[in-house]
Amino acid sequence: MSEKKIPAWEVFIQPKTGASFQHAGNVHATDKEMALQNARELYTRRQEGTCIWVVKTENIVSSSPEDQASFFDPADDKVYRYPAFFKVSKKAKGL
Amino acid sequence: MAKDSLYKYVLALGDDALILGQRLSQWAYRAPFLEEDIALSNISLDMFGRANLLLEYAATLKGNGITADDLAFKRNERQFTNRILFERPNGNFADTMVRQFFLDAFYKLFLQKLTGSKDEQLSAIAQKSIKETAYHFRHSSKWVIRLGVGTAESHTKVQSAIDNLWMFTNELFEMNEIDNEMLQQKIGVDCSSLKQEWIKIIDEVLAEATLKRPENIHMTTGGREGIHTEHLGHLLSDMQYLQRAYPDAKW
Repeated sequence: MSEKKIPAWEVFIQPKTGASFQHAGNVHATDKEMALQNARELYTRRQEGTCIWVVKTENIVSSSPEDQASFFDPADDKVYRYPAFFKVSKKAKGL
Repeated sequence: MAKDSLYKYVLALGDDALILGQRLSQWAYRAPFLEEDIALSNISLDMFGRANLLLEYAATLKGNGITADDLAFKRNERQFTNRILFERPNGNFADTMVRQFFLDAFYKLFLQKLTGSKDEQLSAIAQKSIKETAYHFRHSSKWVIRLGVGTAESHTKVQSAIDNLWMFTNELFEMNEIDNEMLQQKIGVDCSSLKQEWIKIIDEVLAEATLKRPENIHMTTGGREGIHTEHLGHLLSDMQYLQRAYPDAKW
């Protein structure tokens, strides 16, 4: 089996129940089960997670570097989009 | 003497795990691709961990200042009582996966029973090991299916691995004097009673993999009595080299 022919999968780990999944890295695998197992071997051997997602890399749609200006820069001069003007109540926890 | 029987029983279980761990470690940096290399090394480490617990326990039963390292590195081939299937060479990837699949299916059933052992140490070791084995089985059985339904070449290779290793499987279910004594004392497991269930597990996976279970094959045995195939000596010479060349070396 040549490594070139094995598809890549992106691995997302949920650190604890209820938390958001975080991108951990990628693995090679020929099918879903192998992708899950390889992700488990590479990224969760030290109890890093409670759940794993794997998704074929080719199924991920990414913005390209050229998109950066049009996608993200307009937010620069719109300070009102930030919640910085609100006072945070001392009683509010976990923010 | 009961304590001596328990020692031999624990030692034999430790030898199984140690020899399989050493075999799997021989895949390190040689597996078909990186992720599988890590998977096999991790399984190897699980087996070494299991061997360590068992040999440590065997060493305390033996007394006289004997250590687990003495048991692992200072016994010769005839003093090892691992069953033969555990020492079979890695061969090609299919050979290794079939060996692992047969043994994982066996361990699943065996450890489940061993958790009920009257011996607290053995029961605790079994409880710790059983989760690892559930994962090992998932890994090896999926590979057997994948190879079985993969290409014509992978199908042929995995079928011939099954045919070649089948003769060593019956030894898993044999009971010698020590096994019987341990069973009577509710410490050991009745391996002969596991065979039917084991065959069922094997058949289910082989059916999905479109592979055949061999029939009417001459079965071989002897590992528990220290009678091994020629491959064990080579494995030991590699594993024990350092302790033999530099006795009691520490680092």
